[in-house]
Amino acid sequence: MDPANAGDGTRPGRDGTVRLGDRVFGGLAKGSGITLLLIMAAIAVFLTIRAVVAISRDEGNFLTTFEWDANSHPPVFGIAVLLFGTVVSSLIAIVLAMPVAVGIALFISHYAPRRLAAPIGYLVDLLAAVPSIVYGLWGALYLVPRLTGFYEWLDHLFGWTGILSYNGTPARSLMSVGILLAIMILPIITSVTREIFRQTPRAHQEAALALGATRWEVITTTVLPFGRSGIISATMLGLGRALGETMAVATVLSPSFLINASLLESGGGTFAQNIASQFKEATSMGRDALIASGLVLFVLTLLVNGAARLIIARRREYAGNAG
Amino acid sequence: MAKRIDVSGLTAYYGAHKAIEDITLHVEPQAVTAFIGPSGCGKSTFLRTLNRMHEVTPGGRVEGKVLLDNEDLYGPGVDPVAVRRTIGMVFQRPNPFPTMSVYENVASGLRLYGGRRMRKSELDAVVEKNLRDANLWNEVKDRLHKPGSGLSGGQQQRLCIARATAVSPDVLLMDEPCSALDPISTLAIEDLISKLKASYTIVIVTHNMQQAARVSDRTAFFNLAEVGDPGRLIEVDATAKIFSNPSVSATEDYISGRFG
Repeated sequence: MDPANAGDGTRPGRDGTVRLGDRVFGGLAKGSGITLLLIMAAIAVFLTIRAVVAISRDEGNFLTTFEWDANSHPPVFGIAVLLFGTVVSSLIAIVLAMPVAVGIALFISHYAPRRLAAPIGYLVDLLAAVPSIVYGLWGALYLVPRLTGFYEWLDHLFGWTGILSYNGTPARSLMSVGILLAIMILPIITSVTREIFRQTPRAHQEAALALGATRWEVITTTVLPFGRSGIISATMLGLGRALGETMAVATVLSPSFLINASLLESGGGTFAQNIASQFKEATSMGRDALIASGLVLFVLTLLVNGAARLIIARRREYAGNAG
Repeated sequence: MAKRIDVSGLTAYYGAHKAIEDITLHVEPQAVTAFIGPSGCGKSTFLRTLNRMHEVTPGGRVEGKVLLDNEDLYGPGVDPVAVRRTIGMVFQRPNPFPTMSVYENVASGLRLYGGRRMRKSELDAVVEKNLRDANLWNEVKDRLHKPGSGLSGGQQQRLCIARATAVSPDVLLMDEPCSALDPISTLAIEDLISKLKASYTIVIVTHNMQQAARVSDRTAFFNLAEVGDPGRLIEVDATAKIFSNPSVSATEDYISGRFG
């Protein structure tokens, strides 16, 4: 099946028998792998069955309806708003977080003096340890009121685009959610890219230095190309987290089943936020409808991961290490 | 243009550790100078002080003077980046940029300074010329846009030499350029060195005394009194003289294989 199976415990020892340790570890490894597949399959099957039930009873169009009325008779619900809100807020988060995270990682790995690098790295890791509900409360009580001024300024400059117009209502909008998510996914992207940057072979950096490269040129000729697939994986990890983030979004967003042309104005929703807000009061039909939306999120996350793998595989030819 | 190097009273440190002490040496232009000596004698460290690569190592610092045609490389206001642009370096292990093609590797130095404004045809010409000079063109002309890391070790090392010469440096420093290569590739590099000395000042560190005898015009022997002591220059002279009739007995002992 794959090269890992070459040592799966069937290889005889020197005296022709299979050693006990080999057998135990082989079995353990195989068992863990199979368990993972079983869990994934179980989740997929569960989601699919419940989702199919719900979607078959849906009186609206599951993909295009701007409404979530799954508890009433007949049930009418659609994921259009949720899909839009999830994708848009996560994209905002990635666009904001990725450059900052790469910048912090480069600073820690290549610019900061050693004494400073370790504490900064620790501080960034600490950001990951804050529970998401705390981010949510901070976002709703502190961040949102302070964003109104910024949004007014954006409206002043770019209001004519429609996307960035702002009417002065409390900024419990997809943009605010995106900004909060950006802060939340910063540590994961930073720590993964930092480790990748640190592993850039010294030989390559010295090759660039010896050619007369400045520090920034060393980074652009060796560190960033070497870390490229790592940056992509880290970004996708962050995106995965942003797509599924629940409590913080549910706390900050003022949900509504509309797609607002302006990202700065309240409204919209995300899959996870919608499930969290509605699950408690849902009827059994309502729950199945929420599970159907969960299945879409599951597929979305799989697609994101698949896309990341494709991008990384396409660059593999160049990923060789030092001669 | 090949330039002359005059080193006087050079001492290099790694933090508190003194790696080499009080080295005074002249390197002739358009000639090959070999540095030989036992492991740990500081010959590689000394080589790295000549293009200010030593100070890249944390704790690395240098005292003394290195004059490149009378310009002090360690003078106040001298930018180490500018120094490295005029003094190229080839390393022990071939280190082409793995994310770049053969072509991009040779062009990489030019792209760093001003090459972005270079016309494609000009850049093509420079890449071809340097690959030809490095005796590599015929082997790679059909795979210029394939990754450089796909070449054999010897080809990679010649690619690194082409990358170093593409920016027309005054001096070429080579730190044991053949120690990771097989005998055939070593021969190819040695031929190349003999060819390149017409245009460059070449300094080569080597562990292989036959190699020093084969390729160099002058040889400098480095030694250290004891492990942990700083390395010193014992003597420097015409290669023929060093290998037949050295003035210092330690040189003769080392060359004849009595230690090291």
